[in-house]
Amino acid sequence: MADFSIRADSVDVEQIMEQIRARIREKRGVDYTEQEIRELATAKLEKFLDPKGLRSDLLERFRQAPPADDPASRPNYAFEENTLFESHRGALRVIRRLLRPLLKLFFNPSPLIQALNIQAQLNAINARTESVRRGSDEIHYELMHNLVIETTRMAIEVKNLKMKVESLTGRLEFNERRARALESVVAYRSPEPGLVEPVPVSETRAAAVQGEAPTMAGGREAEGPGQRSRRRRRRRGRRSNVPAASLMSVDAGTPSAEALTSTGESSAGAASDASAGSDAGHRGDDEGHADADEP
Amino acid sequence: MKLALVVQRYGLDINGGAELHARYIAERLARHAEIEVLTTCARDYVSWKNELPPGLDRVNGVPVRRFPVANERDTLLFARRSEIVFEQPHSLDDELAWLEAEGPTCPALVSHVTRHAADFDFLIVFTYRYYLAYHVIRAVPSKALLVPTAERDPAVGLTIFGPIFRGVRALMYNSPEERAMIQAVSNNEHVPAVVVGVGSEIPSKAQPQRFRQKYGIEGPFAIYVGRIDRNKGCQELFDWFEAYLRADDGALSLVLVGQSLLPIPRHPRIRHLGFLDDTDKFDAIAASELLIMPSYFESLSMVALEAWGLGRPVLANGACDVLKGQCIRSRAGLYYESAAEFVETLRTLERTAWLSSTLGRNGQRFYRAQYDWPVIEQKYLGMLAALSDAPASAVEPVADRGERRRRVCAAATVVLKDLPRGWANNDRQQDVTPPQFAGRMASAPQAEPGPAKETLSADRSTRGANHL
Repeated sequence: MADFSIRADSVDVEQIMEQIRARIREKRGVDYTEQEIRELATAKLEKFLDPKGLRSDLLERFRQAPPADDPASRPNYAFEENTLFESHRGALRVIRRLLRPLLKLFFNPSPLIQALNIQAQLNAINARTESVRRGSDEIHYELMHNLVIETTRMAIEVKNLKMKVESLTGRLEFNERRARALESVVAYRSPEPGLVEPVPVSETRAAAVQGEAPTMAGGREAEGPGQRSRRRRRRRGRRSNVPAASLMSVDAGTPSAEALTSTGESSAGAASDASAGSDAGHRGDDEGHADADEP
Repeated sequence: MKLALVVQRYGLDINGGAELHARYIAERLARHAEIEVLTTCARDYVSWKNELPPGLDRVNGVPVRRFPVANERDTLLFARRSEIVFEQPHSLDDELAWLEAEGPTCPALVSHVTRHAADFDFLIVFTYRYYLAYHVIRAVPSKALLVPTAERDPAVGLTIFGPIFRGVRALMYNSPEERAMIQAVSNNEHVPAVVVGVGSEIPSKAQPQRFRQKYGIEGPFAIYVGRIDRNKGCQELFDWFEAYLRADDGALSLVLVGQSLLPIPRHPRIRHLGFLDDTDKFDAIAASELLIMPSYFESLSMVALEAWGLGRPVLANGACDVLKGQCIRSRAGLYYESAAEFVETLRTLERTAWLSSTLGRNGQRFYRAQYDWPVIEQKYLGMLAALSDAPASAVEPVADRGERRRRVCAAATVVLKDLPRGWANNDRQQDVTPPQFAGRMASAPQAEPGPAKETLSADRSTRGANHL
């Protein structure tokens, strides 16, 4: 549980609380339950439909919108040619019919009748359209809601995957460093008395083919172990200027790289604790191998 | 010096926060001055039923004069009037009617104070929201010191209390948060005031093992002490502690001490011990790993102070400004504002021994510096001495009948909502004292200061980082 540090006796409670909250946030990235995702999605949707950001009470209106209704149930009127002169009283209807020619002397009611007729038809069309739109609003809302849930889920997954990638990268780097360090240990391991120095496979094969002592490609004589390891070190040095010791964790008691360099010591050799038994041998330089490895 | 202490209830078996506070103060001040307690015959704060005999009594050596309550509380009427003044625009008459309904209506005590005002140098009046405090202060404002014990509830937003806060002779606050709230609601910055609080009778050597043996409690546990009530945040405590238990990686149990008004969850790691006497209570706190304070409304948590006095850290509800402020200033407790924070802070305190013990040590230091009895007594005596030389104050007159009937008062909940929130930083506000008071109080510690910056920097330079 080493994720934050606080100095003893000067405890800052607010700072501790910040660190605790940060840890909770970190955990949240991994530990969301389905319920929490839904809550988060709802919260985000509400945020998106925040009255300050968009229109006021939009979300409420979405939620409160009545379900799609039957267009026929909406109030409307039928407006025909005789509607203006209709009456439930027969006598009145007759008088109006008789006086209609007289009325037409004063103004022409036909355009009015036509306009109102068209308006009635438009009302009916509008009611049908509105009904369809309300139905689709529900679908839009549900769709948006599902999208927000899925987006939230994806965001969390992305975060998790990022964390995994970071973790794997860290492990990979560590393994690479470890491999390099172990290589150096193998390279510097000096022969025990009575044992033959392990020879690289390629060189052994070459020797077997040629039936003679291993020689260098340029026809030079075979090298001693010290020379080989020096060359390997030089090659490694060319590949990477970073000494292996600095890549490995170094104990406080380990001499610094500068100190080791000044005595001709390879920092990689000094840091390799895998060969603790032959540690003394590693402290000398290459020329000193033979002496140090003496039993 | 002759003092009177006015409080709604008083007695050895009365353990309400303000009443206990009043008793402790009376007993301590009795060592320095002649003091008489003026109170009612009631024991129950809901009904105000007269249960104790009227007349003179003596409690722990302090003379107590009891007066009968004229009317018991009609809870339905009180609820109806509360609804009017808390939720709707209303008139001053509505508020005065609410005050009558709340009680304890005790005109005999008020008239006694009016008749004998000359016999006392000062009156220390407890709890602003009750009938007694309002009418006694109106009767003798020039001699009244108010200990408001105000919580962040709607009553503080009522208009009738503004003149009381402004007209009283001095105010003895429990916390900087309480002071900030009352100053914001009443603009009474000019009134002499000091943050005092109250001490406690903490034993010098509590015996945790005795408690464990007596109640058969093993293993580490967190403790809650107080009334187990929904209003105290206990339902939330149960829900969230069960969440902690479900996480399956904590070892703490929960021990509950106090009368329960809620069903206790059945779980082997939740124990309810009921009401404990002071000895057992202090042993229990000393045996615990930490004290949990889930309450949303506190003007001062005495049990939190007791836990700090015993060197135990406190985990408090961060929604309560007072508790949060105390945790931050004392550096002796953590706080939570959600279930996740509750679980995480509990785990942190459980697993990080150095943090837990450091918070406990800080708490002990904080208690000794701010709430030890000599400090409290000094603050009271200093204020009384300073007020003896300072000019008397006067309370604003009551509005005339026509003015009182006008519905010009905003709903108290609306007023409360507009008040500043959050814990009060000491740097922003200081105690207001009469000029003479400053000299007299020079030797007394100021209200809840944080550690000095020099100390902090020294700590930083000399100590290495610790990892939780």
